[in-house]
Amino acid sequence: MEKESTKKIYWKGLEQLSNDPEFVKHAHNEFAPGPEEDLGHSRRDFLKMMGFGVAAVSLAACEAPIRKAIPYVNKPEDSTPSVANYYASTYTNGGDYCSIVVKTREGRPIKIEGNSLSSVSKGGTSAQVEASVLSLYDNARLRFPRLGENRKATWDELDMEITDKLRGISLSNGKIVIVSNSILSPSTKAVIEKFKAKYPTTQHVQYDQSSHYGMLKANEESFGTAMIPSYDFSKAKVIVSVAADFLTSWLSPVEFTKQYAATREVGENKKDMSRHYQFETGMSLAGANADYRTQIKPSEEGAVVVQLYNLLASKAGVSTINGGVDKPNLKKAADDLWNSRGNALVVAGSNDKSVQVVVNAINDLLGSYGSTILPNVPVNYRQGNDQAMADFVKEVNAGSVAGVIFYNCNPVYDHPMGAQLEAGLSKVQVKIATSYKEDETAALVDYIAPDHHFLEAWNDAEPKKNHFSLAQPAISPIFKSRAAQESFLIWAGETNVDYFEVVKSNWKNWFYKSGNFQTWWDQCLYNGVLELPVEASAVSFAGDVAAAASAIASTYKTGDGFEVFVFENGTVGNGSQANNPLLQELPDPITKAVWEHYVTVAPADAKSINFKEAKTEYYTISINGKEPVKLPALVQPGQTPGTLGIPLGYGRTKAGKVADGIGKNVYPLIGMVNGSLSYNVGGATLQATGERYQIATTQTHQTYMARQTVVQETTLNKFSKADWKREFQPKVATWKDPNHKVAPGELSMWKGHEYKNHHWGMAIDLNTCIGCGACVVACNVENNVSMVGREEVINRREMHWLRIDRYYSSDAEVHDVRGLEEAAENPEVVFQPMLCQHCNNAPCETVCPVAATTHSTEGLNQMTYNRCIGTRYCANNCPYKVRRFNWFKYHDNRQFENVNPAMNTDLGKMVLNPDVTVRSRGVMEKCSFCVQRIQNGKLQAKKERRPLKDGEVVTACQASCSTGAIVFGDVNDPESRISKLLKISPANPEKPFGIDKITGNPRAYQVLEEVGVKPNIWYLTKVRNKDSANA
Amino acid sequence: MAVTSAVREPLVTGGKTIKDVSHDISRQVEGKPTKLWWMAMAVSLALLAWGAYACGMLLWHGIGVWGLNKTVGWAWDITNFVWWVGIGHAGTLISAILLLFRQRWRMSINRAAEAMTIFAVICAASFPGFHMGRLWLGFYWALPLPNTFGSLWVNFNSPLLWDVFAISTYFTVSLVFWYIGLIPDFAVIRDRAVVQGNKIRATVYNALSFGWQGGAKTWMRYESVALILAGLSTPLVLSVHTIVSMDFATSVIPGWHTTIFPPYFVAGAIFSGFAMVLTLLLVTRKVFKLEDYITIYHIELMNIIIIITGSIVGIAYITELFISWYSRVPYEGYAFYNRVVGPYAWAYWSMMTCNVISPQLFWIKKIRTSIVATFVLSIIVNIGMWFERFVIIVTSLHRDYIPSSWTMFYPTWYDVGQYVFTFGIFFTAFFLFAKFFPVINMAEVKSIIKTTSEKQ
Repeated sequence: MEKESTKKIYWKGLEQLSNDPEFVKHAHNEFAPGPEEDLGHSRRDFLKMMGFGVAAVSLAACEAPIRKAIPYVNKPEDSTPSVANYYASTYTNGGDYCSIVVKTREGRPIKIEGNSLSSVSKGGTSAQVEASVLSLYDNARLRFPRLGENRKATWDELDMEITDKLRGISLSNGKIVIVSNSILSPSTKAVIEKFKAKYPTTQHVQYDQSSHYGMLKANEESFGTAMIPSYDFSKAKVIVSVAADFLTSWLSPVEFTKQYAATREVGENKKDMSRHYQFETGMSLAGANADYRTQIKPSEEGAVVVQLYNLLASKAGVSTINGGVDKPNLKKAADDLWNSRGNALVVAGSNDKSVQVVVNAINDLLGSYGSTILPNVPVNYRQGNDQAMADFVKEVNAGSVAGVIFYNCNPVYDHPMGAQLEAGLSKVQVKIATSYKEDETAALVDYIAPDHHFLEAWNDAEPKKNHFSLAQPAISPIFKSRAAQESFLIWAGETNVDYFEVVKSNWKNWFYKSGNFQTWWDQCLYNGVLELPVEASAVSFAGDVAAAASAIASTYKTGDGFEVFVFENGTVGNGSQANNPLLQELPDPITKAVWEHYVTVAPADAKSINFKEAKTEYYTISINGKEPVKLPALVQPGQTPGTLGIPLGYGRTKAGKVADGIGKNVYPLIGMVNGSLSYNVGGATLQATGERYQIATTQTHQTYMARQTVVQETTLNKFSKADWKREFQPKVATWKDPNHKVAPGELSMWKGHEYKNHHWGMAIDLNTCIGCGACVVACNVENNVSMVGREEVINRREMHWLRIDRYYSSDAEVHDVRGLEEAAENPEVVFQPMLCQHCNNAPCETVCPVAATTHSTEGLNQMTYNRCIGTRYCANNCPYKVRRFNWFKYHDNRQFENVNPAMNTDLGKMVLNPDVTVRSRGVMEKCSFCVQRIQNGKLQAKKERRPLKDGEVVTACQASCSTGAIVFGDVNDPESRISKLLKISPANPEKPFGIDKITGNPRAYQVLEEVGVKPNIWYLTKVRNKDSANA
Repeated sequence: MAVTSAVREPLVTGGKTIKDVSHDISRQVEGKPTKLWWMAMAVSLALLAWGAYACGMLLWHGIGVWGLNKTVGWAWDITNFVWWVGIGHAGTLISAILLLFRQRWRMSINRAAEAMTIFAVICAASFPGFHMGRLWLGFYWALPLPNTFGSLWVNFNSPLLWDVFAISTYFTVSLVFWYIGLIPDFAVIRDRAVVQGNKIRATVYNALSFGWQGGAKTWMRYESVALILAGLSTPLVLSVHTIVSMDFATSVIPGWHTTIFPPYFVAGAIFSGFAMVLTLLLVTRKVFKLEDYITIYHIELMNIIIIITGSIVGIAYITELFISWYSRVPYEGYAFYNRVVGPYAWAYWSMMTCNVISPQLFWIKKIRTSIVATFVLSIIVNIGMWFERFVIIVTSLHRDYIPSSWTMFYPTWYDVGQYVFTFGIFFTAFFLFAKFFPVINMAEVKSIIKTTSEKQ
């Protein structure tokens, strides 16, 4: 022991010295165990976990394989924050179609514009198309698949149950029905075929809210195939429309608007335009644009067509048919049609086969086929079969349908037999809907498999034979939705269920010919459209006109009571997008009502209503065998006495907070005549209830008080004379002598600005503007304009920067100021887009005490929201009344949550344009000429070190305008489109950059020229193709 | 023939001595408030409370609580503003112009008239404030203050900015003028308080009187200052309403864009100002038993001014109509046609009746010397003048150039509330004034009584 004691022991710690077993156990470890280890989490573990977590999260975010739109968490290579990306896609809503370009910012679609590469929609859009971007962010959208009543389900659960049930039905040979609106997508149809192959008892029923089944049947009878041909209004010199509102709702309004406008353009080298006759009941947009408009009753549509046939037949030396009724302008129309054989077009809105057969016969007599009507290019917009749909409803009630799948349609709401369908649905064992919202139909089914919004989805469309259009997602699906096609494929037990792959391989199989497929495909995606040649083919008319005439004679009889016609208006249309505040607050092109459902009544039938300030009463409309409808009456000049017009698309109960509770559903009023839906019903009574009501309208004064400084118009024969000058050219007498008179613009106390670089200006052609309102919606979306709701519109506080003033003509003398306030019984209509005129001598600028509204070096009247203190003096002093004040805080304010979700809900806010400030309470705002687009264009040019080119800056309203009525550009640039159109030149050659410009276009004028504010917007005089001014 | 000048009517009746004057007027200040005063004060405060609620709602929710719209951007707000400013004209006119013209009858009424002016201008100024969308910024952004926003400055072209200057100058000068006039009278109250042994009152009024001692030199300076201020105020009487009228006259709106406005507005302002002075004095006179100081003679003279200014206003109305026809400008023509027979014709005809027809009754001596008739007509005149501004503002705006924007204006309860608010301010201030300040200028009145301090 002594020896050992001499050996020095250096111990590391007391533990080593005592050498207890616990110490020995851990002695070989480098580090002593710390307290962390005891808890089971070491620092290393933490780092490991974090590393794994980060990797896992990033991997999860990648969603490999990457073939869907990628969430913006990862910055994609080809996009930069604050720089917009554009994707070509396709708008489809039932059979409505438009090729579009979607503008996205930071991964969010914020604006839709037309795709000019499409030869069908040709870059045009409509209000519904423009507004649909907000429907993407609809708060009423389903967040996940639903099973039973309100039960949140996973897709696997849902698929398992549905597949089970469908298999069961299939085994027992039960009938499965897929119900849809017209399907434009060939790939979707192929998917449905696959589904049918798996479940052979499946039947596919298509219906349309605005049915054209009568046309399909008539064409089958006339030409042997049930199709609807393409129409080409652009070739027509004479257009006769019998109750077809081809600018709002009939077949393909976007396409027709473009074609129609082409025929309405006039200029120095084109002094002719089409002549348009409209025979109709209510004042439609087409009727408002017609040169001659004749009031008829709905029951007379057939007789008018027969009469027209007879007038033409006697010219052609063909035997006439029985029936017909003489109406004003009908003979004149027949003469004009006959004189323009080969360039004439007759269309009718009737859904009755016999009427359409006679129309076909007329067009045959006129040689329209092959010219204005192209039967070799049939269209797919309306494929609905009214008979099949009616049979389906009957079968459902008889209990012979075992399974039903509602593919993105809502027949319980928008089919006349919706109530019967609702009642019978309980007899169907399996009910599935693919709606992206729990709408009236989806609320009644067992399974909801929500489809994507079209902006989230891959798809294709064939609006016309061999005209294809691709749809690609512009955003990763916001919610747990799934392409309906994928659902169908999964339920059909397919293995290749990715709809993107399906579309791609279809296109490869169908259209791809040679070369690198990926390059071809990328090009297709880039263009958004693919158009293949269509073979020419002639048709020969083989319809039985005499039989049709006798069918017309026996069907239509004028009876007692009012004749009711239901129609789609230019705002909410068929109601499928009713929950979109952009559409609810879009003033109806004709009535200017917003957020309202009403019955239009002819002034002669509404003598008891003094419609001042749109104050009216509720009326009850009763039709035999139908539920009476109670609606406020709107006095509509131009409507045929003895008729009542009711727009469709209202009375939604499950659309969402925006639309629910507005008006009544009038789809049930639609009847069935000769196997197709009839949108006219006779024998109605109108009963005043005495209950008062005020309709919210944005315009309560209907006439322009013969103020030619506001609206200038002329007739074609005057205009076509070589020395035509505008009738109204104000002159100011000067002090020199009473005969020395000059144009108001020549006198000024001001030196005037100098625009050394650009001088922005706009030309608006009153002749091609049809007043549809697409520009209004486009402006609202582009510029984050607040929606304010019904109450605030009644208070006359809508915020629209751009409005369409609609004026009726008056029969009164020019000096009868009282009389001028009243619209004529069948008035002429003029539409005038009105926006900030960007005056060079702006009256608003001088009166602002804090210089919040100032003039730019490029001629823009600018509004600095930050500086505004809200005295409203500028708005008072604006002669055009285009300034809009933020009376309340319209964003982040519960009060406006339902009417303005785009500024009040997290989802809705995704639609806001980040380039445009959301205005706060108490400041003034107005049209900026889309200054953010001008700035963007200038920056782009600067980056590329080149001058800005004409056409690079396009305002939102101009871009949306299907008719091309709006031209924006630099009037300093002599080569710009606007300069050429207006033939603009500096008034003083020594001051080429001065504000004073003179136009050589004889049609160009400035509104309120004599006030001397020198606007930068020129209007082009409206020309009516009439023999005389008042006929 | 010897020239004999007529014996002038005494300006103060009842054979008042200098001591009586001091006593009669100071008595109101020294005594306890009467029940009547408390009641009047309670009503005023109730109005103020109601108005304050309306203001609060306005500030909380936005201008949208009023009935204005996209076409009619001003209505009751600016109507009330111009109305109050107009009322605020009489005080300075009486104290300044009449001083320069040596109209000694003004002496017993100028104090109350000036007080009224100041309160009316405060009421008026509240409207340009509250009518702004962003009051919290506007109240100082509208001033040409150096700031950190770079070169940001006010817009000197804007008539609204001219208003800011015109009204603030007018208010400042009126306030100084009024206060300087009060100083000797405060001293009288102080002296009486010393004698009565009321220390608090003595201290307070001593401070208010800036330690006035009443030496000959002080009096001389006092007189000079009064004359200088009178000289300064005189152009202001004309300029304020001229500039207010330019808010309209410099615009491009038919019915506003009129060169006749400046003189027409000034005449209208004096018209309404005198009417308001009458309304208030007739009450004060009765309540404070000042019949000997504010006599029928005063009332008659003021009524004559009302006839004159009322007639000027009437001629202006007719001239406007004539020019709108004669100029052949269709918008101008329509604007006036619309005033006369349009949807707001009732307002136009109310204005015509109240402003043009009713003052003509004062041609009849019996009416212009009748207290009751004067009181009624003075109120009618102010109703008429309110309608005048309403007609000018609303009927011109509601149907101007572009018919699609034509609309109606309907006031809401908040429009009314804001108006009531200013009545609350006005009467509260006026009753406080009447209780705590000498309502008649003792120093000046003493110079026009016929006797010495000895009782006859």
